[in-house]
Amino acid sequence: MTVVELRALKLRIKPNFKPVNWRLITEAIFGNLMLVLTLLSSLLVVVIGLLLFQKCLPILETHSWAELLFSSSWFPLKGDFGFSPFILGTTWVTAIAAIIAVPTSLLTAIFLTEYSKKKMRTLMNPLLDLLAGIPSIVYGMWGVLIVVPSIKAFAATVFKISISGYSVLAAGIVLAVMIFPAIISVTLQVLTGVPVELRHASLALGATQWQTIKKVVLRKALPGVIAASILGVTRAFGETMAVLMVAGNVARAPHSVFDPAYPLPALIANNYGEMLSIPLYDSALLLGALILFLVVLFFNGLARLVLIRIEKRGF
Amino acid sequence: MKRFDLRNAEEFFFKSLMLTTTVLVACCALFIVGVITQKGLSSLSFEMLTQTPKGGFYLGKEGGILNAIVGSLLLAGGATAIALSISIPIAIYLNVYTKKNSWLAHLTRTSLDVMCGIPSIVYGAFGFTLMLTLGLRTSLLAGMITVACLILPILCRGIDESLRMTPKEMIHASYSLGATRSETALKVVLRQGFPGLLSAVLMAFGRGIGDSASVLFTAGFSDAVPTSLSQPVATLPLAIFFQLGTPFPEVRSRAYASAFVLTVMILFISLLARLLVRKLHRHVIK
Amino acid sequence: MQPPKPESRTHIQTKNLSVYYKNTLALNNISVEIPDRAITAIIGPSGCGKSTLLRSFNRMIDTFDETTVRGSVLVDGEDIFSSKVDVTRIRKKMGLLSQRPSPLPMSIFENVAYGPKIHGMRNRQQLEVLVQKNLQIAGLWDEVKDRLNESAASLSIGQQQRLCLARGLAVEPEIILADEPTSALDPISTRHIEGKLHELKDRYTIVIVTHLLRQARRLADYVVFMYLGELIECGPAAQVFEHPKEQRTQDHIKGVIS
Repeated sequence: MTVVELRALKLRIKPNFKPVNWRLITEAIFGNLMLVLTLLSSLLVVVIGLLLFQKCLPILETHSWAELLFSSSWFPLKGDFGFSPFILGTTWVTAIAAIIAVPTSLLTAIFLTEYSKKKMRTLMNPLLDLLAGIPSIVYGMWGVLIVVPSIKAFAATVFKISISGYSVLAAGIVLAVMIFPAIISVTLQVLTGVPVELRHASLALGATQWQTIKKVVLRKALPGVIAASILGVTRAFGETMAVLMVAGNVARAPHSVFDPAYPLPALIANNYGEMLSIPLYDSALLLGALILFLVVLFFNGLARLVLIRIEKRGF
Repeated sequence: MKRFDLRNAEEFFFKSLMLTTTVLVACCALFIVGVITQKGLSSLSFEMLTQTPKGGFYLGKEGGILNAIVGSLLLAGGATAIALSISIPIAIYLNVYTKKNSWLAHLTRTSLDVMCGIPSIVYGAFGFTLMLTLGLRTSLLAGMITVACLILPILCRGIDESLRMTPKEMIHASYSLGATRSETALKVVLRQGFPGLLSAVLMAFGRGIGDSASVLFTAGFSDAVPTSLSQPVATLPLAIFFQLGTPFPEVRSRAYASAFVLTVMILFISLLARLLVRKLHRHVIK
Repeated sequence: MQPPKPESRTHIQTKNLSVYYKNTLALNNISVEIPDRAITAIIGPSGCGKSTLLRSFNRMIDTFDETTVRGSVLVDGEDIFSSKVDVTRIRKKMGLLSQRPSPLPMSIFENVAYGPKIHGMRNRQQLEVLVQKNLQIAGLWDEVKDRLNESAASLSIGQQQRLCLARGLAVEPEIILADEPTSALDPISTRHIEGKLHELKDRYTIVIVTHLLRQARRLADYVVFMYLGELIECGPAAQVFEHPKEQRTQDHIKGVIS
């Protein structure tokens, strides 16, 4: 008999008595339970969308998309639901925020990765955390206390016009400060992902640091930087409480940055109280939420796909 | 003779511009905290923190914001607990059970990332419709569920990232001793990632306390501290919002004080997260 | 090619074992027998499939993505790649020492007690006895007996590797698999580990993967030489080192190919 057969025999003579292996059963239960949870969580996005859509059906059945999106007549009591002023309000406010926040954040992120000393970065990190951590209601309060009066004074002295200060510009400024940390942190990640060798190669050819950044680093990092900006700007797009407090909330499309605006999120938040007392009103407001959801979903999904591709390719 | 004058001028210009924006961002942070502190401290009193609103509180009479402080803590605590009990299994599944290029892991991570960006007002609207569908009324429970949905993606991805740092060799060492995947996950991976997990929990908790738009529809508001899950509950951000909305200067100054309390709470939580993480690194293998 | 049979009893046997990572062939049709209670060294230049062979002995290969395994591995005559086999039982039979020590994120005591606890030992006293015994065998007890509750991260890298040895021994394995166990260590720690392996070979079947020929000469009773995923030659150490049959083995030993 060979050794192998001997050992096999030994196994047969002395079998391993194990009635039920609980460890393996636990393992199987655990694994499947977690699989179910994981599947459910990735479906949550779809559930949110479907549930909102289902609640919007009553208004979609009685009003055409064109009327809802482009009409500027908003009289819930008469059954007129034109979202145009609100959509334009949101667009104005978001655009102002983007114009202020994107260049500022990008320049800051470049400075922090390319120029600043380590000490500066360790100083900036907690400040960025601070900005990211402040709740939006506090931003709103800061806007009411500081930004709104400043704009009122500014308009009065420079343009000689008398306004309340609650305006597109106020909302844009407050939103811009709110999204600084979001854009900066993602851009920092993208920039630190660009290999040092690339920078060295350009510097070794006698390029200045700014030339290296402009022609090598930024070119390499461009998709990621754009994605970072989109992520930040969509945050501004859906921000509610701070905007609600400083935008003025007049249901008319703004014509200048000093005009008040009534962005979509503010509309939803402001009217939750009477939502159920007017027919179709709840459906209309939830349609507003659905529009916000879809727009954010689209842009965020796009930006995430870009970031995932960058991560995979690893520059 | 200097030859590259233009280049150097450009370099100087952009460098100064970038320094300016960096200082600007830093100043914004300090300015906001400065304004809140200055306005808030002057109207903060001991009674505000220890009393619930008395009759006529919103007209400038006696009372405090204890209901909102306790309400916010309860709401955010409950929501974090709900989200945590879902997030840990998901994060474990993503890191221990799926293969490296699993489509499910990619899908889940992307979908959670996208959910992080959905505005809180949309979660509020979703929570509201969910509440109607389930037949609930505005209550602590409805608020908890809504906020749990809001912080689930943040918490889940935070834990996921911290578990992801577990070295492969460590997982293999555990397998080679005959441990199953679930045993390895619970006893090794969670332990290695614990500091990161804790900081993710605290961050999610802070987000839950500070959020207002999502609880606007679902938590209701109440001057009393809730004693059951089905009662409406006040939250600090909404208390600030309502106080600011009144025309009375006394009430508005209370809003400043409440905002100061909220900011301090949130900063304290994030500071705690940092400190705890440093303390707990004892068993973590680098 | 049929390798010559070692004289001792066979503990691990592979039959026509081939392993693919994705589409690349890592092991090509390997048939080898690992003898009981002796040190077998798997040698060969880097990338020759040494570690892959070792990983297939305890099915750690399962944990790598997109691997395909053909052929069979018999441990005590049992085909471990059969679908009915409980992997955890197979792995319990084998202790693993990896290239870099991989302590678990817990105290020194917990590290050694981890395996026994998982396999159902709850009695604190029994655990204490077991931990002490295995730390003594690994030659670490005197250095750590006063700080068993400190984190394993506080140990030096050489101590960590001995801790991993003690941890592996604590599940009472029959086999010790070592994948270049000294490559991250300083010379003194290396000598420590080598000495321990030498002491342990009377009680355990030891398989060590190494790219250091001198280490193989110092330790091995049997040698398996691999090259580009193929088994070139195997047999008693003296025979392979002094009178290699194959040209490639000769070249490798002389340093022509490495």
